[in-house]
Amino acid sequence: MKHVDWTAMTVFLLFFAAVTVMGFLASRWRRADDAQHLHEWGLGGRSFGTWITWFLLGGDLYTAYTFIAVPALVYGAGAAGFFAVPYTIIAYPLVFLILPRLWSVSRVHGYVTTADFVRGRYGSRGLSVAVALTGILATMPYVALQLVGIQAVLDVLGVGGSGNWFLQDLPLFLAFGVLAAYTYSSGLRAPALIAFVKDTLVYVVILVAVIYIPMRLGGYGHIFDAAAHKFTPDPVTHKAPGSLVTGPAAQWSYATLAFGSALALFMYPHSVTGVLAAKSRNTVRRNMAILPTYSLMLGLLALLGFMAIAAGVGKGDKKFNAQLAVPQLFADMFPSWFTGVAFAAIGVGALVPAAIMSIAAANLFTRNVYKEFLRPDATPADETRVAKIASLLVKVGALAFVLVMDKQAAINMQLLGGVWILQTAVALVAGLFTRWFHRWALLAGWAVGMLYGTWKAYGIASPATKHFGGSAAKIPVIGEVGYIGLTGFVLNLLVAVVLTLVLRALKAPEGADETARADYSAEAGDEAVERAPQPTLAH
Amino acid sequence: MSSSQSPSAGALPVVSPARVLAGLCLLVPIVVVLWVPSYSKTDPALGGMPFFYWYQLMWVPLSAVFTTSAYLLLRRDEAARKAVPSVAVQVPAQPDGGEQS
Repeated sequence: MKHVDWTAMTVFLLFFAAVTVMGFLASRWRRADDAQHLHEWGLGGRSFGTWITWFLLGGDLYTAYTFIAVPALVYGAGAAGFFAVPYTIIAYPLVFLILPRLWSVSRVHGYVTTADFVRGRYGSRGLSVAVALTGILATMPYVALQLVGIQAVLDVLGVGGSGNWFLQDLPLFLAFGVLAAYTYSSGLRAPALIAFVKDTLVYVVILVAVIYIPMRLGGYGHIFDAAAHKFTPDPVTHKAPGSLVTGPAAQWSYATLAFGSALALFMYPHSVTGVLAAKSRNTVRRNMAILPTYSLMLGLLALLGFMAIAAGVGKGDKKFNAQLAVPQLFADMFPSWFTGVAFAAIGVGALVPAAIMSIAAANLFTRNVYKEFLRPDATPADETRVAKIASLLVKVGALAFVLVMDKQAAINMQLLGGVWILQTAVALVAGLFTRWFHRWALLAGWAVGMLYGTWKAYGIASPATKHFGGSAAKIPVIGEVGYIGLTGFVLNLLVAVVLTLVLRALKAPEGADETARADYSAEAGDEAVERAPQPTLAH
Repeated sequence: MSSSQSPSAGALPVVSPARVLAGLCLLVPIVVVLWVPSYSKTDPALGGMPFFYWYQLMWVPLSAVFTTSAYLLLRRDEAARKAVPSVAVQVPAQPDGGEQS
């Protein structure tokens, strides 16, 4: 058994306990009359204002795994890991015009998921279920990675890692059991309330880290010198583990990865859930303007990877797990009590997105699989009950994933999930602006994008894994190395355009569109929104 | 499917200056950070931090400024559109010249 830092452990547990109490109390927070409706449990009653949405989306998008993985990538490869910064810079202006339209049409027609919208817009069950299943598949490994985040922290705290498998994973079981219980009882209100704690902790920890750690390490100049030294090519093999700035060959993949990830970010069910829970269209817009505050934090956090290099974390240990770089840096640099605070930020940071993701996946399953195919006559109360159970299953699935398969599999699957979710963007984004595309063409485009992305990713090996080891491959025609998700997206779009032309020439049935043009710009308080049906009665 | 809307006299066109400007505001940060060759270099460093890093970090708050500008522009544009009597949308379109004003 490793040495356990009890001071850090106690602080960590105190925060964890506080957050658990909040999670259960959240069901009483802003409680509505019709608690049996899915939009109550699954969207917090669509009532969140600008600040709650800001905390919720911030807590949702910037996950614990991000906090571990981004600096880990910078620690291991340098500049390539910094793509998270342009990625989050692009994301908000990119979706600024898209999400308010999605909010409006969903509010008018009571849509809870993107697949609901696709169903209503194209009158296509096939396309809708394709979007729903892609969302669920992409979300599952993402939930699993939040567990990996908690594991990393527990590992450095000295808990787990040895002994029999049950004792080793017991803290993880407990954390997830508690999370599952309050998500079940409180729905989206639980992560919304806990997000306040999470985001505050994250801000405090990162601000302290980027000021205090460089002071101890002799300034940023010294930190970057150490990084430059690590990334200097070996004089014999001419190989370097990474680079301090992106080389000419890596610029395409840097830009395409940033752009593709930015587009994918708001296709994820958990992001959409956060957006649809906002109470007005302008709440969504304002958030696109103020969410970059979190991106700044993420950028500063990425620099911690370099600080870990300068502090000599894992130096000389060939088998050092880069995922532990930041937790280990905190443990080495901070006094014990603040290490506890920092670890609580990561631990609580895992709970918020994990809760929202499982709710989002549950909404998709309930609305677009269960009600659509299994029980079309399900009442609103039935839907809520099924969604609650589905949210539990998603978490159990994620837990099993991490425990049974290895950690690497979760990382690979999450990478692949990003490629997949991007393939739903054509149907969704195009649908918000035009009804020009044919539903069957969109389905074919989606299939081509999925197949291309999966096939390409399968062929990529990395030192850690034989398949699915990365997400960049040579782009056909252009010949540069780029993000396969984005290449798949372009293929997807091309197929959709060509087939739409063909299908229109053949006069294939278009499917009914239940939305009207004005729905896409409806704002809270408008007549269309006031007389909107209850979400669960939309169809 | 879409309800027929007739642009009434005095209504803003679909492409208004405010909308174009808002679009440009959104486009600027995207183009800037996607143009990787423009910033993938170490000099000039700032406080020991290579150009590559501080330049991108600098664009985080700048992008927020641009997005906020787009938001304000669109909000004004929408208010201007709302100010135009909404009767034009509610009442079926009148043939040209049929309306007395």
